[in-house]
Amino acid sequence: MDIALIYLLLIAIGVLMYVLLDGFSLGVGILSPWLSKAEDRAIAMKSLSHLWDSNQTWLVFGGVVLFAGFPKAYATVLSQLYLPIILMLIALIFRGVAFEFYFKSHTSRGWWDFSFSFGSTLATLSQGIILGSLVQGFSLTPQPSEQIAWFTPFSLMTAIALVCGYALLGSCWLVRKSSGRLQVSARRLGILSLFAVMFFLALVSVWMLLAQPQVFQRWLTWPTGLLLAPVPLLSAYVGLRLWQMLRSGEGNDLKPLGLAMALFGLAFIGLAAGMFPYIIPGQLTIWEAIAPERSTSFTLVGIVLFLPLVIAYNIYNYRVFSGKTTSQDGY
Amino acid sequence: MPDPALLSRIQFAFTISYHIIFPTITIGLSLYLALMEGLWLKTRRQVYLQQARFWQKPFAITFGMGVVSGVVLSYEFGTNFSRFSEIVGPVLSPLLTYEVLTAFFLEAGFLGIMLFGWKKVSPRVHFIATCVVCVGTMISAFWILAANSWMHTPAGYEIVDGVFHPTDWWAVIFNPSFPYRLTHMLLASFLSASLLFAGVNAIYLLRKQHTEFAKSGFSIAMWAILVLAPLQILAGDMHGLNVHEHQPVKVAAMEAVWETEQGAGFRLFALPNQKEAKNDFEIVIPKAASLILTHDINGEIAGLDQVAPENRPPVAVVFFSFRIMLALGGLMLLLGVLGLWARRKGRLFDHRLLLNFSRLMIPAGVIATLAGWYVVEVGRQPWLVQGLVRTVDVASPLPASQVLSTLILFVAVYSLLFGVYLYFMRKLIRQGPADITGAAQDEKLPATLNPAH
Repeated sequence: MDIALIYLLLIAIGVLMYVLLDGFSLGVGILSPWLSKAEDRAIAMKSLSHLWDSNQTWLVFGGVVLFAGFPKAYATVLSQLYLPIILMLIALIFRGVAFEFYFKSHTSRGWWDFSFSFGSTLATLSQGIILGSLVQGFSLTPQPSEQIAWFTPFSLMTAIALVCGYALLGSCWLVRKSSGRLQVSARRLGILSLFAVMFFLALVSVWMLLAQPQVFQRWLTWPTGLLLAPVPLLSAYVGLRLWQMLRSGEGNDLKPLGLAMALFGLAFIGLAAGMFPYIIPGQLTIWEAIAPERSTSFTLVGIVLFLPLVIAYNIYNYRVFSGKTTSQDGY
Repeated sequence: MPDPALLSRIQFAFTISYHIIFPTITIGLSLYLALMEGLWLKTRRQVYLQQARFWQKPFAITFGMGVVSGVVLSYEFGTNFSRFSEIVGPVLSPLLTYEVLTAFFLEAGFLGIMLFGWKKVSPRVHFIATCVVCVGTMISAFWILAANSWMHTPAGYEIVDGVFHPTDWWAVIFNPSFPYRLTHMLLASFLSASLLFAGVNAIYLLRKQHTEFAKSGFSIAMWAILVLAPLQILAGDMHGLNVHEHQPVKVAAMEAVWETEQGAGFRLFALPNQKEAKNDFEIVIPKAASLILTHDINGEIAGLDQVAPENRPPVAVVFFSFRIMLALGGLMLLLGVLGLWARRKGRLFDHRLLLNFSRLMIPAGVIATLAGWYVVEVGRQPWLVQGLVRTVDVASPLPASQVLSTLILFVAVYSLLFGVYLYFMRKLIRQGPADITGAAQDEKLPATLNPAH
């Protein structure tokens, strides 16, 4: 396997880890305004307080691995998507400080509540726009103009789709971490977001098939089409099972989260399959963009040595705080 | 509309200055947390546990501010300096990746246990988590300073088609200025945290609140300042010699020496005039600059005239920042010595002048660190990589309106947050430590400690 493929895989892992882990934590923020009682919102936020930071680290990991593996792509993507990226960062600031200040405040809790949900939603919208623009592709040699190329109907749609997707993850997380009234509302919100997610998955798939010849070719011609056929079928099945579980409350509280994550994983595979082997669609392949060998091999040593360790102590962190969150938890 | 490259530079300078405040405090403070918890485990004296539990809260909000402002920086290389990322990325990005892998993840992974795990893990495991967070902050400083130092004293690279390729990683990481820079920065963090620690405990002593608690903390912090302040002056001096060797133009700007001099005097105060390449006014201590920088009374100090005017940094900024740093360093030394004197007289805890001085010195470490960074970073201009890459050539080709709007956004959001941060710090300090009665003799913590807010 060549080094460019390895790096693509690493970035994919980083992005997927980020989407799955910070996804549910952003999702809780998106849902927070729909929880009826202040106490529920406090528990929802508390269930994240020990892990939002380490989950968010995957965003930085994805960023630096892109930088280390494909510096040219990193430079192009980040400067092209300037405004949505900066907006995302500022939104993450609002959200991050809300965790610190919420539980230390008495009079200003409403503000931190707002900061948490506003920051989470805005960050997700920005990520959705970034995702949509990346999938759509953009010019490699842009002229500095006032025009904003990332603002398209497609990217707006992916932004709303991602909000629904994270909301689904968030509600499944709350099903896991809560009980009683909060869990009932989490299930209800989960079902609503699941419907929206399934609708958007279908819409994005059709849109991409029609708009991008490369995607069309890969999905609807022999033999790749056959290889990829299980992806939409599995997605439909997972969606159905998740709906049944959320509706009836059957299965344990952890399963819905697993299924929601599986749904994300499938959608991710679907997207990646359409884009491969481009790091910037239609412009730059991974082999054209890969960094010098001395850089990539040096970084790879670190990744091979430390990534398993990172994953191990992150799992430990989850185990320490496993079980339902109660209003007594904190420091 | 102003130049987008200039706006990007202002934005980067602003966001990084804001960020640096928080790690400066947390690197040192995490050491205090580990120390206090360790002392508690060893002696079982409740006052140490009280210190650890109390300081954890200011630490948590400071750390949080550092995280959110640091994430911004890791993306700003790409958003605002895309050309720089492209050509220098192969050398610098692996260092940043190592930072994330060996430090960022480590801190974030154990912070949860450190802050929220008091009742979930044993005291020993908790202590390990605290130590890991502390070590993580230092590893983080290691990689960030390696990357930063490389931009000052690049080594271990070759340039292929305009792109920097690494040739020797050892040389890249342990570049000539790295050991000095790392030492200077770590000491600055320890000092900043010690000043905060001493100052807050001095406030309690002045108000006669939490007296036992404050005495133990104040005494430890005053010992630390007494040791750290002279060490820092020594480290700074060695760093200065290193800069003199590798970046003589920066030293000329620090001293506002326009023409090369033998036995150069130390300008106590000056008004540098960049346009006419002279000082409009100056107060000089004869021979002192040569003595400090070359350790020879008649040593030669190269002046700013060694390079063309367009290759000179903005002298006034560098000159004044340097003097602010020196003055604050001197005051820290004075505080340490005064503390020793009061201790010998048996008046460490009731010497009002000393306590008030400590209280005033709370922000001194952070201000000195910021000033030091201005000396270092502004002093390297107009270069981004010394002698190789010009700052203006590597900014992203962005529309000025976009950079201007994000800059305004950053200034607004950061100012708001800084106000909030200070408000909560003040609130936590006013609240003081939670009372601990003798109930906590067993391994597990008493329920009365939780939750402390």
